[in-house]
Parts: sequence; structure tokens; C-alpha cells
Amino acid sequence: MTDYRDIIRQGLWQNNPGLVQLLGLCPLLATSSTMTNALGLGFATMLVLLSTNLVVSLIRSQVPNEIRIPIFVMVIAAVVTAIEQLMQAYTYQLYQSLGIFIPLIVTNCIVIGRAEAFASKNPLLPSAVDGLMMGLGFTAVLLLLGTCREILGQGTLFDGAEALFGPWATVLRVELFKTDSHFLLAILPPGAFMVLGFLIAAKNAIDLRQKNRQVQPATITRARVTHVATSETSSQ
Amino acid sequence: MSFRIASSPHHHSQQHTSVLMRSVVLACLPGIACQVYFFGYGVLIQLLLAIVTAWASEAFILRLREKPVLPRLKDHSAMLTAVLLAVSIPAFAPWWLIVFGTAFAIIIVKQLYGGLGHNLFNPAMAAYVFLLVSFPQQMTSWLPPLSLQAQPQQWLDPVCAVFTDFSCAGYSLTQLKTDIDGMTMATPLDTVKTDLAGGKTLTESMQQQVFEQFGGVGWNYVNLAFLLGGLWLLQQKVIQWRIPFAVLGSLALCSFIGYLIDPDLHASPVFHLLSGGTMLAAFFIATDPVSASTTLRGRLYYGALIGLLIYLIRSFGGFPDAVAFAVMLANLTVPLIDYYTRPRTYGHKPKGSY
Repeated sequence: MTDYRDIIRQGLWQNNPGLVQLLGLCPLLATSSTMTNALGLGFATMLVLLSTNLVVSLIRSQVPNEIRIPIFVMVIAAVVTAIEQLMQAYTYQLYQSLGIFIPLIVTNCIVIGRAEAFASKNPLLPSAVDGLMMGLGFTAVLLLLGTCREILGQGTLFDGAEALFGPWATVLRVELFKTDSHFLLAILPPGAFMVLGFLIAAKNAIDLRQKNRQVQPATITRARVTHVATSETSSQ
Repeated sequence: MSFRIASSPHHHSQQHTSVLMRSVVLACLPGIACQVYFFGYGVLIQLLLAIVTAWASEAFILRLREKPVLPRLKDHSAMLTAVLLAVSIPAFAPWWLIVFGTAFAIIIVKQLYGGLGHNLFNPAMAAYVFLLVSFPQQMTSWLPPLSLQAQPQQWLDPVCAVFTDFSCAGYSLTQLKTDIDGMTMATPLDTVKTDLAGGKTLTESMQQQVFEQFGGVGWNYVNLAFLLGGLWLLQQKVIQWRIPFAVLGSLALCSFIGYLIDPDLHASPVFHLLSGGTMLAAFFIATDPVSASTTLRGRLYYGALIGLLIYLIRSFGGFPDAVAFAVMLANLTVPLIDYYTRPRTYGHKPKGSY
């Protein structure tokens, strides 16, 4: 019996591809200059992860162990090509603004990493959930990064969202403040590194706080007299 | 009667960090005075803003890191960073620019890397690059010297300009930058670069008003004043001669080679040494004990690399001055330089022979 809750927690928080595994940094940093780009690439990666995990899990007993990596890569390449064609057909503007980074999903280490580490060893449904959750975790980090950088850089939210969602999405655009001088560093790659650094620091701080909170009851049991403590440890 | 027993070294230099840092700040004074004389007292406002911001952000981040605040503030290193940044940015830059830059220097470049002694980059120069990349327009709006300004600078103009972006009479920075003929003025380095790119020869470019016999009006004296401060630092043994010598020597050598090849396309060594931030870089910035190379031979390489980079970026790069980029790039090579120039341990033979 697979623990789905654990898979979900691993993907979204504990083993988050963006913040903990630090995989796929290249697209993560390059395409997170606006929320729209971030969401677009996040969705694409999530879709790729879900599909490749499904396929790899399906064929896992047929694949000879020695040549599994090339086979996984071919599966991934096929899926990415399909996604690329889809984006070209339905979200052409976004396809143009993301440019090379859509085909580059092939080289994203998360995709091959999950295929190798999880999908090739687990049945269909857990693999699908894992792909979806890893993708969601990645998308969440991308979106957060994109939000921070777009606010810092241009003072807007969802600028150019119509490229992703269609013409109605122009209403999504929010202008938080207006500046004559854009804060260029936030839009340029160094800003991405810095914001990512702060996000990782924030995650570590939250983890540390949670850990400290969990440790406290243990110190209380230790302070107690022995026979009381044994009854408490047995109840744990 | 008891003797205090201590292990070696028995001879101590009495120079503490705070004394060294304070001397460097003091040595900046001639240069700052010169800037005030030629360009107005805007730089003093920048200095004030920078120092206050530096102290505030240092106290804030030390509080967050749960370190003692007062001893760290007293070592004057934050103040030095603030001073170096304030003298390198345009005097009429808007107030938030220097506040932003100083906070970045202290919080991110210095303290997030572990505080004084652990920072990889020179904080002031990293902050300068940060500002130049983020806000190129504000960071390049240098005013011409007072004697060449079309609108005579009024008593309160620096205050108005820094806090409102306009002079008290309502002129914008672009208007303040124009000279008597209505041409936008730039720094000497910028003028040379633009003219050369436009197909003029250097001799033609030097006809313009910004230039005197040597260097640009004002800029040459500012550089000489920083040279004076630097020589005082050398005399006080606050800094050693190797880095400044190597920086200036390699810059002079490179520009001399260029000058020999074609004096119409490459500025003279004197011009290179006395314009932009050359002297400030050689004596005050490259000699930062934390981010510079620590071995004696390594310092020569480090300084020479800075001089070479300054010349290359000035002559062939996209920016008119290159001190900040050169220093940051050289900072990156410091671990490598230190690794390959480790001095021989006493009693051991040179590397490779046993």
C-alpha cells in the first residue's frame, strides 16, 4: 500500500524540485521573469512529468535494465515534442516568449530524475501522483519566483497573461505601483539567483521553526521522574 | 612578581581593524573635498545618506544574526563601504539610489556571506555594479564641473536634486547636464568613448571643453587628491605598495602600448591614470584586505589583473569606466591566485623537490 500523502508531501515541500533538489535551475531561473512565463513553463513541465512518469511506469517491466536511460530519454523527448507542438498551436505568443526553454524541458533533470528514481520502480498510480506533485511543486516555486521578480522589476502582476490564457486574461493584469525606472536586476538572471536564494532561506527557516517546535515536548519528558516517563514513552 | 607568559608572536602591530578602517576613511577626505570644490556639495548628501543607511542596515542584520551590534559598528567597516560607494556614484543621483545600494552592499554582499572578513566581493563595488546594472540612467547622469554648467548651481540645488530629481529652479537633471552650447555633457571617459565610436580621432575629441591639458576638468584633480590620500595611507603603512603599484603599472603599461600603436585611437597613459575612478580603485578599493589576494606575489598578479581589465573594458567594452567590474572580476580570481602563489613554508624546499 503506497502512502499517497507522503508522495504529495515529498513533491510539494520536503523534496521540492526547485527548493530542495535544486534540479532544473536553468529553466527555473531563465523563464521566471514574469508570472505568465513562469506559469506557462510550469504547466508544460508538469504535463511532461505526468506523462513521462505514466509511460515509464507502464513499460517498466519490459525495459532492459542496461539500456533504460536511453529509453527514458526517448520517451521524454517524444512527450516534450508533443507538448511543444501543442503550445505552438494553442499559445503561440507564449511559445515564442519561452523560446528554447520548451524543447529544453528534455534536459530538465527533474524529468529524468523522477523517471529513474520513482516511476521505473513503482506502479502506475503512485507514479502519476508523483509526477503531478513534483510538477506542482516545481510550478509553485516558479510562480513564486516569477511573482517576486515581476513585482520587483516592473511593479505589475500577470503582465501579458493573454499569451497564456487568451484575450480575456488582460483583465488579470494588476499594476501595483508605477515606476519610470524599472528595477532591471530583478528581471535579469542575477535577480533570479538572489530571489531563489531568499526563497530557499525562507523554506529552511520554516523547517527549522517546525523542528524546534517538535523537539520541545521531548525535553519535558526527559525532565520527569523515571516511572512517569516510561508510561509516556509507551504511549508514544 | 609574576610574568605574563604568552606564546609567539611577541611583537604585535597595534593596528586594529577600526584604526585601519578609520585611516582609510580619513584618507578619502582630500578626494571628497576636491569633488565638492569641482562638482558641488551633492557628494556630501550622498555620504550622509550612505553612512546612515550603512549603520542602520548593519545593526538590523546583526540583530537578525544574533551577533553583538555595537562592537561591529565600531570597527568602521560599514562606514568605509558607505563612503566608497558614495564617492563613486553621481552627486545628483536620487536619494533612494544610494540608500538601496548601501543596504544591498551591507546586507547581501557583506553580511549574508558571513560578515566582515568573509565576503567574497568588495561590498562597495558589488553594490556599484548592482546599481549600474539595475538603474543605468540614474547611475550615469554625471554633472559637468561647476565651471562648465550652463545653469549656475544654486546653494540649495544639490538638496533639491537629490530628493526631488529637479533643481530648485525646476530644471531636470538632463537640463542641468547640458553645457553653455546646449550640448549634453558627459564625463571625459564617456566623451572619448562616444567620439571614438562616432569616428572622430582622439585629438578632435580632446578639443571639447571637458578636457584640459591633461585629463578632464575637475576629474584630474579629484584623481590627484585620491592619489594624495593613497600615498598617505602608504606612508602610514595601512596599505602595502604592491596592489596600487600593480594596478597603476599595468594600466599605464597597457595604455602606453595602445598609445604607441595609434595615438589617435587610444588615449594616453596620463589620461587613463587621471580619469574616472583609477586612483580611487588603486589605493582604496583594490586594497580591501578581505576581498584582495593575501600573498605577496599574489597581490602583484591581482593588481595587474585589475589594471588590465580596467584598460580592456574602458577601451573595448560597453561601459565608459570599468573600475567596479574589474575589481569584481579580479575578486573572483582571488582564491585561484592565492592557491598558486602560496609562499614556501620555512624549512621546506620549493614545490616539486623533496
